[in-house]
Amino acid sequence: METTAATRAGTDILPGKVGVWWFLASEVMLFGGLIGSFIVSRLGSSGWSGEAAHLSVPVAAINTLVLLTSSMTMVMAFGAVEKGDPRGLRTYLFLTVLLGLTFLGIKAYEYSSEVAAGFTPVTGLFWSFYYTMTGLHALHVLAGIITNLALFVMARRGLRNQHRVELAGLYWHFVDIVWIFLFPLLYLT
Amino acid sequence: MSDPVAVLAIPEASLHHEELGFWRTYLFSTEHKTIGKQYLSLGLFMTIVGGFLAYVMRWQLAYPDTEVPGWGFVGPEFYNVLVTMHGTIMVFFVAMPILLGAFGNFLIPLMIGARDMAFPRLNMLSFWTLFVGTLVLLASFFVPGGAASAGWTGYPPLSAKAIYTGVNWGLNLWILAHAIEFASFLMGGVNFLTTAITMRAPGMTFFRLPLVVWQLLTAATLFLLSVGPLIAGAVMLLMDRIAGTSFFLPEGGGEPLLWQHLFWFFGHPEVYVILLPAVGFVCEVLPVFCRKPLFGYRWIIYSTITAGILSFVVWAHHMFLSGMDPRLAMPFSITTILISVPFAILVFAMIATLWGGSIRFTTPMLFALGFVSMFIVGGLTGIFNGSAPADIYITDTYFVVGHFHYTLFSAVVFGGFAGIYFWFPKMFGRMMNETLGKVHFWLTLIFFNATFFPMHILGLGGMMRRIANPMQYQFLQPLQPINVFITFSAILLLVAQIPFAVNFVWGLVAGTPAERNPWEANTLEWAAPSPPPHLNWGEAIPTVHRGPYEYSSPEGPEDWLPQDRLVVARSS
Ligand SMILES: [Cu+2]
Repeated sequence: METTAATRAGTDILPGKVGVWWFLASEVMLFGGLIGSFIVSRLGSSGWSGEAAHLSVPVAAINTLVLLTSSMTMVMAFGAVEKGDPRGLRTYLFLTVLLGLTFLGIKAYEYSSEVAAGFTPVTGLFWSFYYTMTGLHALHVLAGIITNLALFVMARRGLRNQHRVELAGLYWHFVDIVWIFLFPLLYLT
Repeated sequence: MSDPVAVLAIPEASLHHEELGFWRTYLFSTEHKTIGKQYLSLGLFMTIVGGFLAYVMRWQLAYPDTEVPGWGFVGPEFYNVLVTMHGTIMVFFVAMPILLGAFGNFLIPLMIGARDMAFPRLNMLSFWTLFVGTLVLLASFFVPGGAASAGWTGYPPLSAKAIYTGVNWGLNLWILAHAIEFASFLMGGVNFLTTAITMRAPGMTFFRLPLVVWQLLTAATLFLLSVGPLIAGAVMLLMDRIAGTSFFLPEGGGEPLLWQHLFWFFGHPEVYVILLPAVGFVCEVLPVFCRKPLFGYRWIIYSTITAGILSFVVWAHHMFLSGMDPRLAMPFSITTILISVPFAILVFAMIATLWGGSIRFTTPMLFALGFVSMFIVGGLTGIFNGSAPADIYITDTYFVVGHFHYTLFSAVVFGGFAGIYFWFPKMFGRMMNETLGKVHFWLTLIFFNATFFPMHILGLGGMMRRIANPMQYQFLQPLQPINVFITFSAILLLVAQIPFAVNFVWGLVAGTPAERNPWEANTLEWAAPSPPPHLNWGEAIPTVHRGPYEYSSPEGPEDWLPQDRLVVARSS
């Protein structure tokens, strides 16, 4: 085996990518535990579909669309990195942040109208799960927005540390996928 | 894509760095060896706290409701605090920081031939996060209402409402301290795995890694994959306590058993998170002092991974009498008995390594042998607990307490001390005293058994765990002399740690300077100076030519053959 100081037996994958994948694996287990608890509790109780009927499916569907679009703009931001296009990178990162904020705004609107209708976290087990699951997801969205915003600020100084866009993208897609599970579980069943 | 070689070249470029100030060198250091020592100091400090709680608890059990010397009156409420905080501190703030935090950080980069961890700043962050978590936990003793008292397992409904225990902020802070600790070890685990996957030295294939690295990586993986559901549970528990939901409260339609499932889904893998690093230390120590290759290198790896996978499907053996569906008892009994197979293979591999070896009875070797023998006892009593028919009789008794301490205490104490005595020369560049070390070992072994073996008898006699006053029960009164005996053995077990403390401090300031390779061992860390300099290796990182356990090999002039030594074929 040829050896220079920088040759490693390790793979050629970026350490950051390996790290993010392991982090996401633990996140999968976090939401997996929550979703599993929800499913088990739901199977053990009755009348939850009646409770779920008070949620607004159209609003949530629009929100799903917003989040999916933001995943697309995130992919385009990474595409801009690969093409060496700092302007495109900034534009698409900005759009991703904007769509993320839109998602949170719509979610806040949903929360307030539900609370106004008398459905709070203590109304019943379904609502406890609803607020906890969507709340934890919203915190993850917020963390993603902050990350993307930081990347946007960094991108104004050029294209250094571009691989971070890919890593943030992995996280952002994960947050998106979690919502894809939450939406039908909470709103549609 | 950026060029990976360029990324890796950064530490090389900073080889000739300017001197860092005091703060960056000793406190906010990003250097893996310093961080490892920080974890070790924190863990050793918390051992004193957890050990003191054990002493107060034992005195209360021997002489219920009397003044505890050095503490004062205990009473049932505070006894619950003692039980809870002793368990929490020892598992999360002693065992994990020392076995995983200290040794993982110190050993992984050195053993794989890296200059530091993959994410040095994240590494620093994970230690200081743990530090904050420790402060939060300690602060919980001083808030109104006192510290958490719902057991280290925090079962609801007891833990789900402040009025049930009379502890409000203490338990909230207890949950918070756990959350912070989990975040810390998540960051640490990601770092360990990424480092070992991407930063191995040339020639260091996965099947040339020292076993302790395998065990640490398996432990980190188990933690990463099992802690999520418990974090979800902790969020729900905190919601129950603060927001007034009733996830775990039956009166609001909740299910207390759900917590037990989430807790033990994490809890059983967590046992291996602590156990596997200790097994790893023993795997390193045994061949060095037997002067023989470790028996069944690959079998140990496969057994470790098998045990890790199985650990995700055994959790309900903690719940046979919890009121869960009794049809679940059988499958979980079977998986539990199955999981003893990989551990039996591990133990057999260790014994086979000893077989026919020319054994050097140094202090680390004695502790390693202590671990193997005590772990066998703990493993055997585990079969009783794992089989539902036997467990129905002994569950929640001192039999379980005895079993638990034979496995975990032996892992943390015997495994941990084997590690500390073995790597102390590398960590601090000085040798520890062998005579004091041997005194420490024999006293610990004797009083360990005197403390925990009688607990099995108490358990079979029906003594429930977590009771503050056994004298309240007529059927336990004849057993009280055993309780008194255990208490004095436990005190002597604590006293037996004084030779270690003396030896440790003495070794730090006045120990004989250690050579590069005082134990004549093969793994890469012994190729670095003692203690290794900043960035571990000089100009070039070592190249690996073989596996880690080539002892008594005919290839070299000595009876050991370091992983990085190039053997030139003899031409005769
Ligand atoms: Cu278990």
